Amino acid sequence: MSAVASPQTTPTRVGSPAGRVTQANVLRSEWTKLWSLRSTRWSLLASFIAMAGLGPLVAAVQMSRWNQLHPHDRATYDAINTAVGGYHLAQLAIGVLGVLVITGEYSTGMIRSSMMAVPRRLPVLWAKLLVFAVVTFVLMLIASLISFFAVQAIVTQHHVQHGIGDPGALRTVIGAALFLTVLGAMCVGLGGILRNTAGGIATFVGLLFVLPGISAILPSSVNDSISPYLPLNAATTVASHSFDNSHHLAVWAGFALFCGYTVLAVAGAAVSLRRRDA
Amino acid sequence: MIEIDHVTKRYGEKVAVDDLTFTVKPGIVTGFLGPNGAGKSTTMRVILGLDRPTAGSATVNGKPYSELPAPLHDVGALLEARAIHTGRSAYNHLVAMAQTHGIGRSRVQEVIELVGLSEVARKRAGGFSLGMGQRLGIAAAMLGDPATLILDEPANGLDPEGILWIRNLLKGLAAEGRTVFLSSHLMAEMAQTAEHLVVIGRGRLIADTTVAEIVAQASQNAAVIVRTPQAGELRDVLVGDGVTVKSAEREVLEVHGLTSAEVGAAAAAHQIVLHELIPQNASLEEAFMGLTGGAVEYHAGALDPQLVDSIPEAA
Repeated sequence: MSAVASPQTTPTRVGSPAGRVTQANVLRSEWTKLWSLRSTRWSLLASFIAMAGLGPLVAAVQMSRWNQLHPHDRATYDAINTAVGGYHLAQLAIGVLGVLVITGEYSTGMIRSSMMAVPRRLPVLWAKLLVFAVVTFVLMLIASLISFFAVQAIVTQHHVQHGIGDPGALRTVIGAALFLTVLGAMCVGLGGILRNTAGGIATFVGLLFVLPGISAILPSSVNDSISPYLPLNAATTVASHSFDNSHHLAVWAGFALFCGYTVLAVAGAAVSLRRRDA
Repeated sequence: MIEIDHVTKRYGEKVAVDDLTFTVKPGIVTGFLGPNGAGKSTTMRVILGLDRPTAGSATVNGKPYSELPAPLHDVGALLEARAIHTGRSAYNHLVAMAQTHGIGRSRVQEVIELVGLSEVARKRAGGFSLGMGQRLGIAAAMLGDPATLILDEPANGLDPEGILWIRNLLKGLAAEGRTVFLSSHLMAEMAQTAEHLVVIGRGRLIADTTVAEIVAQASQNAAVIVRTPQAGELRDVLVGDGVTVKSAEREVLEVHGLTSAEVGAAAAAHQIVLHELIPQNASLEEAFMGLTGGAVEYHAGALDPQLVDSIPEAA
């Protein structure tokens, strides 16, 4: 207590503006909450670097070993897929951060302050989703574009570059940002349902990365019919320019399915937030 | 005005609050007393809309808390459990809270100065001591300049200077005509500030009364303890109108209705030898324990004033 200045003993009554709780006010609050945590800033920086930097790095390595590549690989080389390859790393940071956006409030007790300030509760969930989605989309889109142009510049030496106007190029670049954005929203939902950081991250990793592994050890006929519907496989159609096998959903159908899963997770979080004690 | 109407809250099998009904009147400090585990925090959580009551209802100014359009302007609350993200600075925590109601940064600055946290406001709240955390909690409660304050054990973790500070703060708030609903398990703390008292034990209402009434009850229970080898003789001398004498053990009398001076004089007049003459000033704590005694199953040696100085910690 020694660091604390001696306080005045009587409060001054000040006419505060008679503000009400509105969705716009709650959005401002959640914006402050997101950026005022060091862990958030680091996670977003990490995912940005991953999304912008992994593609060019991989492209540079591939170009330096171009002559050692299998002729088939050279023939099917897709510099657009390489450009958005950073999502494989960024998805982990975005997913963990999405879970933490909610579970961090439960683990610290902050949720009680949030719910006392906004006792109708749901505006907090919508604000968290919107703020996190907008921040993720803008950052990942910029990173994805940086990666695209960097990768194309690197692969020009072997004439396998694409222009942003080529069929599917812009869709894939934006699609990577869309995929990561919706993934983040899904993880916010999972965090809201589970209210526990470890549980939320385990569920996120299980649904996205473990399910495909389990599916892969099933008989291939079963796997082929299941795997297109698994969350990650459905989601990444929109972030893929070309596919290495034919067992996948159509680009926007897959993404729509992933959005459907996300709606379920978010709806679960909304019900949990409304019904359960804070 | 806070109205609790037949509130029951069960957590699984455990009944935390059991058919509780009382009213916190506007403009005064109401103390909410009960041993730890009596259901005080749960009741406050129900008032604040954090917990949904199993039965009954709680309203603030006639509305359930969750339907208040600007709750921070109606009610400021400090919970016993921490409600602050450890990774955020005190200043940013308060800004985020303020923004939900469109409260400006100048008010944030004001409440920081009010609680004396100016020097550490930009530091992470995770590094705060318990006392600094309490001050930050009070700052958050004051953000909306609310007419009603709900404070759960606000003196918890404060050093003596901090306890004095909170006492003065509460007096100031009461003097401004604010409604203060204040929980504590310490009667002495409560007697300093509260006018009205709501006492609960095991989730049930034990008393809904004024401090003055409790004090009256306390003086009724005042006793004089006498140790004498002539206990039987002294008893015969003392017993009379308005005087009762009990004996818990041989050679020890517990006299009600006389002062120790009167007992001493009577003994001298009858040449009765006294080994001990102890005036037992019944305190508010004892009166409180008289009320909660059944609820906490507290049966310590009633003659030992050391024991009666504190209230049992567990129900």
